[in-house]
Amino acid sequence: MKKQLLVLASAICLTGAAGASLVSCNNDSRVQVGLIALHDENSTYDKNFIDAFKAAAEAKGVKAVIKTGVPEGTECYEAAADLADQGCKFVFADSFGHEDYMIKAAKEFKDVQFSHGTGTKAHTENLSNYHNAFASIYEGRYIAGVAAGLKLKSMIEANPNTSHKLGYVGAYTYAEVISGYTAYYLGAKSIVDDVTMEVQFTGSWYDEASEKDAAKKLIANGCSVISQHADSWGAPNACEEAGVPNITYNGSTESNCPNTYVISSKINWQPYFEDCFDKILNGGTIATDYTGSLGDTLYVGSVVNTTLGAKAAVSGTEAKLNEVHAALKNGTLKVFDTSKFAVDGKTVTSYLADVNTDAEFKGDTEVIKTVNGVSYFAESEFRSAPYFDLKIDGISLLNTKF
Amino acid sequence: MMTNKLFKNKEPLFHVVKRTDIPSWKAWLFRGGAILFGILIICLLLLIMKGANPFVVFGELFNGCFGSSRRTWLTFRQTALLLTVGLALIPAFKMKFWNLGANGQILIGALVSIMCMFYMGKAGVNDAVIIIVMIPLSILAGAIWAVIPAIFKAYFDTNESLFTLMMNYIAEGLVAVFLSAAVTSGSGTLDIQQAGNLPRLGNDHLLTIIVSIVLLVVMFIYLKYHKHGYELEVVGESQNTAKYVGINVKKVVIRTLILSGAICGLVGLLLAGAIDHTISTTTANNMGFTAIMVAWLAKFNPFLMVGTSFIITFLGRGMSQVQTRFDITNDSISDIAIGLVYFAIIAVEFFVSYKVVFRKKAPHIEVKEQNNLVTETKEDK
Repeated sequence: MKKQLLVLASAICLTGAAGASLVSCNNDSRVQVGLIALHDENSTYDKNFIDAFKAAAEAKGVKAVIKTGVPEGTECYEAAADLADQGCKFVFADSFGHEDYMIKAAKEFKDVQFSHGTGTKAHTENLSNYHNAFASIYEGRYIAGVAAGLKLKSMIEANPNTSHKLGYVGAYTYAEVISGYTAYYLGAKSIVDDVTMEVQFTGSWYDEASEKDAAKKLIANGCSVISQHADSWGAPNACEEAGVPNITYNGSTESNCPNTYVISSKINWQPYFEDCFDKILNGGTIATDYTGSLGDTLYVGSVVNTTLGAKAAVSGTEAKLNEVHAALKNGTLKVFDTSKFAVDGKTVTSYLADVNTDAEFKGDTEVIKTVNGVSYFAESEFRSAPYFDLKIDGISLLNTKF
Repeated sequence: MMTNKLFKNKEPLFHVVKRTDIPSWKAWLFRGGAILFGILIICLLLLIMKGANPFVVFGELFNGCFGSSRRTWLTFRQTALLLTVGLALIPAFKMKFWNLGANGQILIGALVSIMCMFYMGKAGVNDAVIIIVMIPLSILAGAIWAVIPAIFKAYFDTNESLFTLMMNYIAEGLVAVFLSAAVTSGSGTLDIQQAGNLPRLGNDHLLTIIVSIVLLVVMFIYLKYHKHGYELEVVGESQNTAKYVGINVKKVVIRTLILSGAICGLVGLLLAGAIDHTISTTTANNMGFTAIMVAWLAKFNPFLMVGTSFIITFLGRGMSQVQTRFDITNDSISDIAIGLVYFAIIAVEFFVSYKVVFRKKAPHIEVKEQNNLVTETKEDK
């Protein structure tokens, strides 16, 4: 009775065909936009992109097509090409290692706009349909650092034996991380002048176990406040368990860590996505290299801080942060003001940063600027992605192998 | 002998009987049904969680695999890669040498290819020369990675599962070392290598597919008609028998693992030279483990492995499309769904080998006598 086999086979084919016809007569006429995410929503980093992308698509009436779990390899090119095949007019990838593959797709699909967050090559690649985007997140970090400083100050006042040392869990010894922790440190230093900081690297953007271990190690070393630039719940959870205040990244952790969550800084990608979708719908050129900035208050714009922790934040913090925010916004305060930090005991007067990505990996652009008598390291002014990689005094790196 | 009365009271609700005479078409009907059943569960799961129309889910599974020519090519290429790794595993598995190190063997092959492309490309060596050098070197690297545990197994009777597994981590470590030496940008990812790419046959996928078809035929002949194929099967059945008939067991173990590792090295070469043109610690994409399922489900039959590697590829690619279609941004859901189908596929083997017999209400006298034999031992204790 091989008949049964035939019946089964034809049943599968028929159902498949029925399904396929349903799939094809999907009469959604909205413009499609694609997002390629390295992990899924369980990673705070990717969730930040996914949520913003969905919200922006909703606001602008376009259809979001999202591919999650796309590794930084050929799979990224294949995903981008597939999104273009399906008719997406705009494709965005969220992880640094996706860049080469996005450029490869951009060269192939000339009528689709490709954009890449955290990338560095758009300003030198000269492709009209390839763009980079980032934000002046170091300003958000600085503000979070001020909140950490206020917390540390109150802890010192309550107990004079409290160590004046911060701890920081970093992913890689890469400019994006260095820029972030230095800004954070300088924010805290603006409140507690003799503060120092230890940084422990994990060598991964997302490794819950080693982020937790790194945070535990820093706590054991006597760090009074912990912050991190890594994407998992590892460090926040370690802090909650140990009762050590935590300044987080990419969003509030108050839900799981109510006793230790102080504040978070994050890039809000929604304004950028909305801007891109507008240009796709109404014509217009997407910026080659877009740098999102602080908004009108702490909580709006491309660089935002999240609501202060109800238990762990010190009262009066919000007023101080608003003051700092206003000063950063109107330019009277510069995060990397060269009079506020030193490298090997000396003030920095000139520095060539590696702004243009080429085979050289050498400094190519003078980034110390003087405006209105204030000299500062002009982060994110020559390209959107961070390039501040000075190792300033007061911060000690516990490991640098990454 | 038990009395009929006692027997009647003690007969369990159901019992399991080994099937001896199941026709192969019926076995395949069962297996096909299991896949459908698994997909049905996926549909049900998505219906409950996302309110997804089951027909659309079913259609999207196909759409994800064959919805465009690019998707179709990728489905075939991925099937071909998985099949090739499966082909590498079966000679070892038939010999009951549990090679869990295919990941590492692939990775080391890919690493050697990429090192040729990277360093010789930097030195400006001609592409043709790079290719001629990297092909034998990467195959050799894979073979070496497999033969080390084989030698230890043959001469010192070490546990090959643990040994090959450990070799995976060493290979990953070596890739990490290479990346930290070669990548200066701090991102940890190696740029796409332009030098020493294997020739494209029409598109990026065809070369891999052709290699897998050739290997499929060669492996089939090797296992079925070549003396080596017979020898390794004898070694797998009983080493003492092998010794008795004059087979050099050590030699067979080592020779077979060289073959197994060499094919994995070849997969690494294809990944590095023809597909990715770069390397990371996850380049092998866990195919070394997935291929174990490919091989087992196909009962080590090379041609059936085409089907099993296709099913696994189909589910993975199809589910990723379903996920995109229904806006599911949590990968665990499709992982769970795929796991459920695998479970159904594996569980059905039980029903292929055994049948469940339920207790009859008023057992006919002849049936009772037959069953008596089966249940007797249980009742005697």
